[in-house]
Amino acid sequence: MHFIPAANFTYPNEIELNWSILVVLYPFITGLVAGAFILASLERVFNVEAVKPTYRLALLTALSFMIVAPLPLQLHLGHPERSFEMYLTPHTSSAMAMFGFVYLWYLMVVLVLEIWLDFRHDIVLLSRSTTGLKRVIYRLMTLGSQNISPGALRFDDRAGYTITIIGIPSAFLLHGYVGFIFGSVKANPWWSSPLMPVVFIFSAMVSGIAAVMLLYMGTTKLRGEKINQDCADTIAKYLFYAFIVDFSLEMLDLIHRIYEADESFRSLDFMVHNSLWIPHVIIQLLMGTLTPILLLAATQLMKLPPVTRQRMYALAGSLTLIGIFAMRWNVVIGGQLFSKSLLGYTTYTVPLWTREGLLPAIALTLMPFGILFVLVKLLPPWPGSGPSAKLGGLHAETSGGRL
Amino acid sequence: MNRRFFITLTGAAAVAWDSVLAGAPESSPNYKVTDHWWAMLIDVDKCIGCGNCVRACSVENDVPEGFFRTWVERYQVDDMHLDDPLVDSPNGAKNGFPPLPPGKGLTGPGVKEFFVPKLCNHCADSPCTQVCPVGATFTTPDGVVLVDETYCLGCRYCVEACPYGCRFIHPEKNVAQKCTLCYHRITKGLTTACCEACPTSSRMLADLKNPNDPIHEFMKKHSVQVLKPHMATGAKAFYANLDGSVR
Repeated sequence: MHFIPAANFTYPNEIELNWSILVVLYPFITGLVAGAFILASLERVFNVEAVKPTYRLALLTALSFMIVAPLPLQLHLGHPERSFEMYLTPHTSSAMAMFGFVYLWYLMVVLVLEIWLDFRHDIVLLSRSTTGLKRVIYRLMTLGSQNISPGALRFDDRAGYTITIIGIPSAFLLHGYVGFIFGSVKANPWWSSPLMPVVFIFSAMVSGIAAVMLLYMGTTKLRGEKINQDCADTIAKYLFYAFIVDFSLEMLDLIHRIYEADESFRSLDFMVHNSLWIPHVIIQLLMGTLTPILLLAATQLMKLPPVTRQRMYALAGSLTLIGIFAMRWNVVIGGQLFSKSLLGYTTYTVPLWTREGLLPAIALTLMPFGILFVLVKLLPPWPGSGPSAKLGGLHAETSGGRL
Repeated sequence: MNRRFFITLTGAAAVAWDSVLAGAPESSPNYKVTDHWWAMLIDVDKCIGCGNCVRACSVENDVPEGFFRTWVERYQVDDMHLDDPLVDSPNGAKNGFPPLPPGKGLTGPGVKEFFVPKLCNHCADSPCTQVCPVGATFTTPDGVVLVDETYCLGCRYCVEACPYGCRFIHPEKNVAQKCTLCYHRITKGLTTACCEACPTSSRMLADLKNPNDPIHEFMKKHSVQVLKPHMATGAKAFYANLDGSVR
């Protein structure tokens, strides 16, 4: 028999949820960034040749989402005009105060620099071959460096490799840090867990890999090209492995909570069986975790024709993204649906038009795809599509081969 | 000192002074912040649930409707519901407590009813202060946790971090608010509005640094607890005669 509270009591100030759907978007988007970058690093650092066709696309995807990542937070603040104070007078004991610095480090030092170094050859060639506004844009993007001598390109390659190596722990830092913002709130038993940053890192990998896999298959189809089956199979394999670790960690957390059954357990258990039943059990666990894991396991264990595999990957990837979004929702919103008195519960309905409503959330979710569209037009990431590749240059395969 | 160094120093000094001002408590003549360490003593047995404190606080501090810097909870516990008491606080007890409707209360053996006033615990190790990304919320040298409304971002992290539900976001100012322990009054030698309005002296402002404060004698003779001691926040709202069921 499940616990039924004697009265639904919440502290009088707990009449509204303080962190809305926009705060759900923040870890979802940063997770996609971190995951996409880790997929890119597979090729660059760990020499997984099969995923080469997605290398540049993964980097541009990470950048597109990273540009949008702070916007939900900015929109959420009561005084967005004061947000710059976090840079000027950061409160060093605050986990949140580090956001600006972690963000800037990752965006400017890792992503932008790596993308610039990787595309510099193409940018310089395009700044010479294009005309009009495009020429101006490419000339600006060269940052005044027109040197594409073999020595300079070799330096770009080495520097890019080094940045990727720095970027892997940075990606872990970025999303582990987001998990820490929640995991370090001792007042909230649903959040407070040292496992939270680790779960966030692995769920980030899962969502980022799934997103790049879907984008790769989708854009390849749209361009009328043939999907590289080896590439899709390899990404799906890594998605499966990351998912197993992610699922194991989440189950470890769940089993620990059930077995330990501390003072918050009855309250949280009641919530999971009622207000969180659909988003947590049905959408996150059954639909968004177990189903894609089973689909991916089937593709690993059974010999299936390529088209069937691709369809299964597409389905598994889509369900994964829904599941990871649900996970973010259940963490952020779920963590606020019960009273800190542990004696009552509240509800959350997403408003439609307000500043923190559904429409701004949808707009912010779509925005990275718009940015990616522009980036892809400026810096074609497709295998063999850049001008350097056509010249048979250093980046001839991804576009490029490595030195 | 050359001109370049002077200009650099002036800019740095301006930023530093701005930050000093942002964290400075309200000043009051003849008041030495280092001579005090404020706390609140609440005797649960004396509270009659009249709601005077809530009304006085609301008027004194212009608390927005529907939010509370202090409130009172009514507990009903019987021997079958020690872990699951019946609690209510209609409108924060601003209008007192109507009797429970017939059949709504607990009726088990050992049933008892009592009132628990709540307010910010002005924790010595307050999680809300720890998490504020810009230091807009801070602890004064005399032990009061305050919010600088001109600096608060409205990120709500402090609201999430408070284990006691004492903070809220002002619906018009969009900044965090909470009990200030009537800092504008206590630094002028007055007591808090809630203590002044309490007809049974259930609430007593206490200065732990003052050797002549009656709290020392009270603490010596009574069993005193804080809420949620496992949170280790260094809470300074001390409760006498607190039932174990209170959250």
